[in-house]
Amino acid sequence: MEPIHLHQIDYTILIAYVGFVIGIGWMLARYMKTSSDFLTSARSIPTWVTGLAFISANLGALELVGMAASGAKYGISTAHFYWVGAIPAMIFLAVFMMPFYYGSRARSVPEYLKMRFDERVRALNSVAFAVMTIFASGISMNALAKLLNQLLGWNYNAALFICSGVVLLYVLKGGLTSAIYTEVLQFFMIVLGFAPVVYLGLKDVGGWHSMNQSLQTVATEHGFAADAWSSAWKPVLAGPASNPMGVDIFAMIFGLGFVLSFGYWCTNFLVVQRAMAARNMTAARNTPLVAAVPKMFFPFLVIVPGMIAAALCTLPDKNYRIPPPPISQAGYASAVDAVKNASPANVDAGVAAVSAALGQKVDPAKLGSLIAANATGKLADDQIKKGIYNSIDAYDYDGVILSLVKKYCPPGLLGLALTALLASFMSGMAGNVTAFNTVFTYDLYQAYFAKGKSDRHYFLTGKVITVVGILLSIAAAYFASMYNNAMDIIQLVFGFVNAPLFATFLLGMFWKRTTGTGAFLGLFGGIAGSTVFHALTTTTSNLDAAGHVLNSMKGGYLGAYLHFPSEMAQNFWLASFAFTCCLVLTLVISLATSRTKSDAELKGLVYSLTPKIKSDTLPFFLQPGVVGVVLLIVCAILNVIFW
Amino acid sequence: MGLDIRWPIGLMFTLIGALLAIYGVARPAGSVSLDININLVWGIVLLVFGVLMLAGAVRGGKNPPSA
Repeated sequence: MEPIHLHQIDYTILIAYVGFVIGIGWMLARYMKTSSDFLTSARSIPTWVTGLAFISANLGALELVGMAASGAKYGISTAHFYWVGAIPAMIFLAVFMMPFYYGSRARSVPEYLKMRFDERVRALNSVAFAVMTIFASGISMNALAKLLNQLLGWNYNAALFICSGVVLLYVLKGGLTSAIYTEVLQFFMIVLGFAPVVYLGLKDVGGWHSMNQSLQTVATEHGFAADAWSSAWKPVLAGPASNPMGVDIFAMIFGLGFVLSFGYWCTNFLVVQRAMAARNMTAARNTPLVAAVPKMFFPFLVIVPGMIAAALCTLPDKNYRIPPPPISQAGYASAVDAVKNASPANVDAGVAAVSAALGQKVDPAKLGSLIAANATGKLADDQIKKGIYNSIDAYDYDGVILSLVKKYCPPGLLGLALTALLASFMSGMAGNVTAFNTVFTYDLYQAYFAKGKSDRHYFLTGKVITVVGILLSIAAAYFASMYNNAMDIIQLVFGFVNAPLFATFLLGMFWKRTTGTGAFLGLFGGIAGSTVFHALTTTTSNLDAAGHVLNSMKGGYLGAYLHFPSEMAQNFWLASFAFTCCLVLTLVISLATSRTKSDAELKGLVYSLTPKIKSDTLPFFLQPGVVGVVLLIVCAILNVIFW
Repeated sequence: MGLDIRWPIGLMFTLIGALLAIYGVARPAGSVSLDININLVWGIVLLVFGVLMLAGAVRGGKNPPSA
């Protein structure tokens, strides 16, 4: 993509946002007096704020970029990540799990595990979580720095350090509250920054109906039934060969809808922490419910742009293509020379030369006609460059959202959309760093290195760990810059670590017989199970004709005993397998070992031993259970509409 | 926490909305997308949103004490 030229107005908007974010940190600094203020917001934040922060902590830029990419690749089925993969789990968290998290007065998810089981389970979970947050934050910052580098021509290192510096400044000043407040700010930035892009895009393709008609062309061109991009359920129900995701219904419902989704939303401290910062039990339980409302409608903001892009490609007069992978200006310049030197009599040589200059495959037919056109009447360099751009036969789906922003946003709106994107990258880092510093300070440092120190000591430790967390994130960003597909790595890690975790919580919260040893070994077994599963399975596209594995990052490095139609299907099945391993192991080992905690000790931690919460002060229709059912019905209606 | 989040949200969107709307009125070359003066339209939307947030913050008391 051509670098974007920002105007003064765009920079003004960007600077205004950064100014407000830092200002919030400064304003909050005077309320930061204890470690609890800094690390857990002293449980004092109103519900709508924790609710929007809950959703925002998850709505990182990688999600914005990734969901638009998937929208273009798979169509409306991508919405399953919301309607199947989020809403039910968020409601379950609110209705059934929040009472234990909040009611136990644990300060973190690992701390709950310690209360329910023992130190070993806490240690395993907190170390795994700490590592994961650092990587997630690093991957996000790497993506941001790369984007600023390719798009605005900023220096990669400078972009990385400046953005991390801004995050450090406001998190160090205002702690978790700062992160939560900026997440709310970011929520509105994203919604208000991207809504006009969706509106303009839809208008350009001729409205929703015309878009779906164009998507039928896309689907049939790819060899699927006409509704493969515009229906959410029909292609999935028709089997893995009939939908571009390559996913079967069991993997979709059990793997994504149950294991991955509940594993993420119900046990990931990054999001749960937002609800734990609420001011009382009702507010804590309502947090995921408040969050579920916008979450349900996000597909229209983040997936529809991808669908617009796919539809635009079928309309020749719109002059749009899915962007090719980023290529340097020098690469384009030498490709232009190669076209000029090529002769129409020997197109193959020209194609080879251009392909070598770009480092990408090119479409011989398109390039051939470009070479011919240039030979008959000399074309201007810009025209040749445009022709080369259009003939590159490789697609960077992650570039979709930005290509639309660039296409539709004039100066002004461009600044707003880019600020929204930048905001989501930075708050992604802040969210991870604030979860990291809490877990590190309370669950690792206080638990194992410095017990019984003054609160002042942990307050300062929390601040030091914040700095350390940012530095480690920067290191992780450089590490991530060595890998191309960061999203896949996150998915893989989530699969390994999160999938078995939900089995531990499910048994721990709802079966009082579950023992610490059972939970610990079961968790280990689950993580080991997912690693082994990954080592023994791969995707069909990752095998060469002789059945050898091409890329061991995609699994199968110990032998490809099973292969799935797509990576997504592999991920979903891996999660299902890990969950089952952990569940069975925890169950069997718990029965074989004796309980170490009495019923009295487990009060408030296990469902059957905890008195039911009766919030008589709330009217019937505002009870979390009732609201949850209503939200589920609305979600089901959305599924039916887009069936 | 003592700071009502509606203050910064309201102030920021009022400011950005006003900037965009003024920019839209000035209509420098190349600032129109699909024949819509989107900067003006969207600037007004942001401005209204910002003012509503500020109104909420004012009604909620200057800086409500944390519960």
